[in-house]
Amino acid sequence: MTTAITQNRITDLFSQKNERLLNVYFTAGFPKLDDTMTVLRGLQAAGVDLVEIGMPYSDPVADGETIQQSNGVALDNGMSLKALFAQLADCRQEITVPILLMGYINPVLQFGIDNFCRMCQAVGVDGVILPDLPLYLYLDEYAETFRKYGILNVHLITPQTSDERIRFIDEESDGFIYMVSSASITGSVSGISDPMRGYFERIQEMNLRNPRLIGFGINNHETFDTASQYANGAIVGSAFIRHLEKQGTSPESISAFVKTIRA
Amino acid sequence: MQTTIEQTTSFEVSDKGFYGRFGGAFIPEMLYPNVEELRQSYLDIIAAPTFQTEFWQLLEDYVGRPTPLFLAKRLSAEFGATIYLKREDLCHTGAHKINNTIGQILVAQRLGKKRIVAETGAGQHGVATATVCALMGLECIVYMGAIDMERQKPNVDRMRMLGATVVAAKSGSQTLKDATNEAMRHWINNPIDTHYIIGSVVGPHPYPDMVARFQSVISQEVRKQLAEKTGKETPDYMVACVGGGSNAAGAFYHFLNEPSVRLVAAEAAGQGVTSGHSAATTALGKPGVLHGSRTILMQTEDGQVTEPYSISAGLDYPGIGPLHAHLFDSGRGDFYAITDDEALAAGFQLSKLEGIIPALESAHALAALSKMNLQAEDVVVLCLSGRGDKDLSTYSKHL
Repeated sequence: MTTAITQNRITDLFSQKNERLLNVYFTAGFPKLDDTMTVLRGLQAAGVDLVEIGMPYSDPVADGETIQQSNGVALDNGMSLKALFAQLADCRQEITVPILLMGYINPVLQFGIDNFCRMCQAVGVDGVILPDLPLYLYLDEYAETFRKYGILNVHLITPQTSDERIRFIDEESDGFIYMVSSASITGSVSGISDPMRGYFERIQEMNLRNPRLIGFGINNHETFDTASQYANGAIVGSAFIRHLEKQGTSPESISAFVKTIRA
Repeated sequence: MQTTIEQTTSFEVSDKGFYGRFGGAFIPEMLYPNVEELRQSYLDIIAAPTFQTEFWQLLEDYVGRPTPLFLAKRLSAEFGATIYLKREDLCHTGAHKINNTIGQILVAQRLGKKRIVAETGAGQHGVATATVCALMGLECIVYMGAIDMERQKPNVDRMRMLGATVVAAKSGSQTLKDATNEAMRHWINNPIDTHYIIGSVVGPHPYPDMVARFQSVISQEVRKQLAEKTGKETPDYMVACVGGGSNAAGAFYHFLNEPSVRLVAAEAAGQGVTSGHSAATTALGKPGVLHGSRTILMQTEDGQVTEPYSISAGLDYPGIGPLHAHLFDSGRGDFYAITDDEALAAGFQLSKLEGIIPALESAHALAALSKMNLQAEDVVVLCLSGRGDKDLSTYSKHL
C-alpha cells in the first residue's frame, strides 16, 4: 500500500467517534433537482455523522427498486455529475459533516477520473463508493489519482467475501469498510437474521484495521441498534428515500426520520 | 463427433478478461465470489474429457448438429456471388442460442448449482435456457422485458410450457437491458446456489470468452463443411448480425486470425441511425461500462445508458460484446447499420427466394449483403442465426 490518506473529514470523524455512527444515503436531485442541498442541510442539522450522496445512474444493478426509481426521477429532473458539482460548489461554507459520493463507474469514466477527483476535492467531497469498480482495476489504474486529490475510495465486503480477500480489502482501504449485510440488493431485506449476526461476529473477530459500517437492510431503530453492536455504525438508504418521497424534505421531516433511527 | 473446443486465437482474452481495451469484470463485490469461481474453473471444467464427451454428444443427438451449410442458389444469383447459409435456425429450439446453454448448464452442474437464472430479449435464449433446465431437471427463472413479453408471446408460452418461471422486467425501457439488470439482481440475491446463464458474449469476464467458445462450434463446422463443398476452408466474407453478438462471435471464431476472411457484422439501425430510435451501437456509441464489461456503449454525454430501439427484440441492446468492440476498434470487422425496413425486406426476400423464413435478427445479416459490393468470385457464408416463426406477428403487419 502507498501512503495512506490521513487528512480527511472521514478519517477525522472516526478518530473522534467510533460507535453508533449513522451514515444516511440520498439520491442527488431527488425528489426535485434543487433538493440536494436542502436534504444535505437537513441531515447535518439532524446530527447524522456522514452523508452519502447518490450520483444517479440509469442502470444501478446493485440497488433495488426504491433507489433505482429515485435515480430515474433525478435523471428525469436533469441531474448529472456536472449539475451535482455545481450544486455542491459552496457547500463547505456551511456543511461540516463528511460527504461521500456513491454511484456507478460509467458516468465517472465519462466525466474523467482525474476531473472527477479534482472536482470532489474542490467542492469538499471526502470519499467515493463505486460498487462496480473492481478493486484490482482501482489499484492498478485509479488509486494514485484518488490519493493525489485526497479522496478515499470505500470498498464493500459481503457475507460471501473470503477472509483472505477481506484482509486484502482492509489493507488497501482507508476510511471505512462498507459491510453489505447480506447477499442482496439495497432495500430488499428487513430485519437482521441469525446468519447475518454470524457474519457480523466473524468480521468483528477479524480485528480489522479499518472501522466498519453496515449497510443494506438498515431501516429502523432496531436494525440500526443491532448493526451498531457489531460495527462502528450503519448506513440507511432506501428507507430514507421512501421517507423523503412520503414526508418531504423539510428540516423537521428529516430530523424526525433521523430520530426514529437513532431513537 | 468433435472432441475439442479450439482455444487459441490472437483475439484471445487476457487473464483479466480484456480484448484490447474492452472487457474486464466490472461487478459489485456481491457478485465477485460467483464470477471469480467461474473464472478460476471454467477452462478446466470445459477441457475435462467427461465434459467434452457430454457436450458434443448433446450437440449431436439433442441439438441436431452439425447444422447444414446450405448453398443458397437463388439468393446467390440475386447478389451475383456464392452465398452459403449456416443453418443455425435448424438447431433444436430454433436458434444458435442452445449451443451456449448446453455448455453452460453442464458448467452449472459441475459447480453444484441448483437454480438457473437468465435474461432474454427475443425469447430465444430464454427458451434455450428453459429447455436445458428441463433436460437436466434444474429450476429456471427467466427475466424478460415486459415489452418483449408482448411482442414475443409464443416464446413466453414455450418457456412456461418447459417449466420456467418468466418474470417481467418492468424497469427502464422494459427490454433486454432491463431484463439483464433484473437477472443480475436476482443473482446478487442468490449467490450460492444459482448460476446465471448469460445468453450473449456480454457481461463480466469470463462470460464473453466462455460463450464465444461454446458458440465457436459454428465456425468450426463451417470450415469443415466449406472445405468439403469448395475445397477451401475459408470464405471471403463471414456475415452475422450483432446485438450482444453471440452468433457472430461463434461464426467469426475460427476466422479471427485469417485476415483473408472479412468479418461482417450487421447492427440494428432501427428507424435509422440518426432517428433517435436505433440500436446501432458502433455508429452511435463510445467506450463505456455496462453489465460488467467495458465495451462500446450507446450513452449520453453524462454516461447514462441510452434506450435502444430495434424491431428485432434480440438486437434491441445498447452495447455489444467486448470482442466485437475490439473487432470494430481494430478495424478487423466491418460493421453495417441495417434499418427495420431493410431487415424486413431481406426477411421477405429470403422467404420467397429460398423457402426459409429467417428470424428478424438474422434478416439484419441478410440485409447487409446488399451493402457489401460483392463480386462474382466472392464466397460468402452468412450465419442464419434463427428461424422466423417467433416473428410472424411482426412480419404479418408488413405482408
